[in-house]
Amino acid sequence: MHFTTREWWTLIHGMVFGAAFLLAFAGGLAGLYSLRPGLITAEGVAERLRRLKIGVTAMAVAAWGTVITGTWIVYPWYRAEDARPPSAKAQLLANANTADWHEFGMEWKEHIAWIAPILATAAAFIVLYYGTNLIRHDRVRKTAMILFVLAFATAVVAGGFGAFITKVAPVK
Amino acid sequence: MATTDTDHPVLKEIEFEDKPEGPVSAAILAAGIGVLALGIFTTLAEASTTLKEDVFQWSTRVGPLAGKTGIAVAVWLVSWVILFFVLRNKPFETRRALTISLVLIGLGLIGTFPTFFQAFISE
Repeated sequence: MHFTTREWWTLIHGMVFGAAFLLAFAGGLAGLYSLRPGLITAEGVAERLRRLKIGVTAMAVAAWGTVITGTWIVYPWYRAEDARPPSAKAQLLANANTADWHEFGMEWKEHIAWIAPILATAAAFIVLYYGTNLIRHDRVRKTAMILFVLAFATAVVAGGFGAFITKVAPVK
Repeated sequence: MATTDTDHPVLKEIEFEDKPEGPVSAAILAAGIGVLALGIFTTLAEASTTLKEDVFQWSTRVGPLAGKTGIAVAVWLVSWVILFFVLRNKPFETRRALTISLVLIGLGLIGTFPTFFQAFISE
């Protein structure tokens, strides 16, 4: 078993940060959903809120980690024009049957991915700033959930295309 | 101000620090502005070779993606700071902020959609 440096970075970009993002999203969404008067106790709220703050912050950090490593480390290898053997982008564009993976898939992925950390950071800020007030202000809690889910949805588009493109033409 | 459910008994046992909704609204609005900026820069880069090569291409390795995303993040952060100071003590409703932001996010998403921005490719 051996991974090249490029394959390691692809793994860090997609699987380490990606898995952390998924875990943090699941925990954060469950935490936000259940932060309601009927589902909490006065004793448990401090611990519940601390866990939620860690979850939403982790999700935002993971989202930033994903787009920064993706754009500045992995993407230059993907698009290199004079690479030998040809880069993943060159391989995709060389075949009419795979060109759409770059022209639509990668073109959408590389842009929409950057929406996820912006929305995840906004959701994290709301939780960190508003704290226990989210329990009694249902509208603000739901707003944070909407931003949280939108961040996840944009990451799913980017991550999904990333996985498919890596399958068709991996960065090596 | 946000609606408050003060009837539930558990709420009487929890201490709440009163905080204005303005900073929350500022974060929501700024996120929308950041996403819209990303959509606009993505489309502008296709429409103008000058912008693509002279303004957005911060790095030859990364290409114009570096500038498009970098400037969009800068727009987001600057607008957040400005909105934070403007709204920090105001009861600006999050519902209104979310409605505006969702429209901006929708427009930004359209701007990042390949079928849309590739229609503006300059010859």
